[in-house]
Amino acid sequence: MKAEASIRLKPDPTTDRFTTISGRPINRLYTQDDLRGIDYARDINDPGAFPYTRGIHPSGYHGKLWTMRQFAGFGTPEETNHRYKALLAAGGTGLSVAFDLPTLMGRDPDHPLSLGEVGKCGVNVTSLADMETLFDGIALGGITTSMTINSPAAMIFAMYLVVAEQQGADWAKLSGTIQNDILKEFIAQKEYIFPPRPSMRLITDTFAFCAREVPAWNTISVSGYHIREAGATAAQELAFTLRDGIEYVQWGVEAGLAVDDFVPRMSFFFNAHSDFFEEIAKYRAARALWARAMRDRFGAGSERSWKLRFHTQTAGVSLTSQQPYNNVVRTALQAMAAVLGGTNSLHTNSLDEALALPTEEAATLALRTQQIIAYESGVTGIVDALGGSYFVEALTKDMEDESTAYFDTIDRMGGMVEAIERGFPQQEIAESAYRFQQAVERREKVIVGVNDFVQEDEPPIRTLYIDEGAGDIQLAKLEKVKRSRDRDRVRRALDTMRDTAATVGNLMPPILEAVRAYATVGEMCDVLRDVWGEYEEVPVI
Amino acid sequence: MSRKLRVVIAKPGLDGHDRGAKVIARALRDAGMEVIYTGLRQTPEQIVSAALQEDADVIGLSILSGAHNHIAPRLMALLKEKGLDDVLVLIGGIIPDVDIPKLEAIGVRGIFLPGTPMQKIIDFINANARTPV
Repeated sequence: MKAEASIRLKPDPTTDRFTTISGRPINRLYTQDDLRGIDYARDINDPGAFPYTRGIHPSGYHGKLWTMRQFAGFGTPEETNHRYKALLAAGGTGLSVAFDLPTLMGRDPDHPLSLGEVGKCGVNVTSLADMETLFDGIALGGITTSMTINSPAAMIFAMYLVVAEQQGADWAKLSGTIQNDILKEFIAQKEYIFPPRPSMRLITDTFAFCAREVPAWNTISVSGYHIREAGATAAQELAFTLRDGIEYVQWGVEAGLAVDDFVPRMSFFFNAHSDFFEEIAKYRAARALWARAMRDRFGAGSERSWKLRFHTQTAGVSLTSQQPYNNVVRTALQAMAAVLGGTNSLHTNSLDEALALPTEEAATLALRTQQIIAYESGVTGIVDALGGSYFVEALTKDMEDESTAYFDTIDRMGGMVEAIERGFPQQEIAESAYRFQQAVERREKVIVGVNDFVQEDEPPIRTLYIDEGAGDIQLAKLEKVKRSRDRDRVRRALDTMRDTAATVGNLMPPILEAVRAYATVGEMCDVLRDVWGEYEEVPVI
Repeated sequence: MSRKLRVVIAKPGLDGHDRGAKVIARALRDAGMEVIYTGLRQTPEQIVSAALQEDADVIGLSILSGAHNHIAPRLMALLKEKGLDDVLVLIGGIIPDVDIPKLEAIGVRGIFLPGTPMQKIIDFINANARTPV
């Protein structure tokens, strides 16, 4: 039978064809024949050895477990501070900040577009005063913090640095991550502010600044998570994310940075979706693709540049509002795939997240899921347990090949910025999303509790309800900050930011000064909007 | 012969999660409707003006950020003001149970949560939209 144009997703007894959740055809059995052309030393190799298919550490999780990092944030900085203290007390080993949409979009709570959005999807941080509250009583020198912030990443990071400074922590020892990945915003999540090119400059400015001042900080988390959530297949997630990574390296090099000075501080962020082996193959392929791209494309000489480190989050999009307890099982399987794939850090979703932001109980159960995998399942005892599986190795190779083909296409377009400007990855993802939804509608793909095994009259579960209170509280705080700060200092700092944005020079120092003067996220972003303009996408459906 | 049903699919608020809006836009188009997708970050004013301009029979809002309690009342008031009371308004997204009666009380006719089959939305529109003239 020849390759079909339409992908058959349901096991069909007449052809015995199975496909992964991404629509990839899978044979019934894999044997030694499927490994033909794969050379162990060249293509796979031992853990800790180039190209790191089997992991970046020779000892796997023996030396260090993954970081259990639960993404959290809602309402006011006070409420979120309380949640962080609870997560740390429950044995969480790192913090991960979810900001609300006004913060992500660089709008203060008093902007008309912030109406009804303050504190809803994350915590609202408008000025340094909010960042001081958010980390009150949490020593920043002693934890690692991941911050999911993109367009205004430089401003929010500057706030974190100033709070650390106030606490007496040494910037050189601070550890954590800013997401700072604008390309996937244009591709998938759509929380962009400025056009692609000045946005890329802000990012290379943070690379250069951190290389000098905050050397242990992960300056970017190149993210496939949102690309997958938007509907990409596993291979598209892999390809677009790594090609984004390559684009950042290219821009860094063009900005005059030496590859080995900034690439070791780049990290990645992948989704853990429901197709168990496909996900494991994806993580293994990612490491090999990155190692080769850094060594061969950019001539990186440091092993630290070759080693891809990544965070994983289980797939929010796979969670169902129907029979929500099923989500615990989905999340556990997805987390297990991430661990078998060698993730360096993990967030497990809570069972109630198709309904609302999680309750504290649901968030704790999600963390417990990781702890059970780590301490009871026994999978941490062996490095890359699935290495050598005919199926997993063949699948890993397939994923690499499919990614390389996408790299070639995007290279021919001139790079990822150009591909995005042409709507290429956006279109590819929209196609995959629609194809998957059609497969679900036709019940070729079963989602338990949604299109099969449906249960009527389910009792509702208790969910977290975010009231409108945060908006008013944050508005009042904003007014107070504006009354008590030195207005001339704010104006001077914003003017310096504007001048730097319009010319050349690293933007981090003027942003830090604006932050110290208690300029707001909205004010700082407005200055850059004035100089650079705002991005508007042409919607692709 | 009547013309096709015209549907405006809109993403109000700051939320950029547009997978659902795009998938439903395509599904409605494949079901024979004329679909206008507004793109992201539309104010209620912009959405109502698009509905007026396009002579829409249906407005579908996709909201996942929790801002529905602010956006929907404003939109419904504007529709009334412009005499568009007979336009069928639907919301898809993450809507807490407690908010559903409030939205229904102000005239939102269909509220569709995650996992809703597209066919159910298509059938709902065909059964409840005004007859296009």
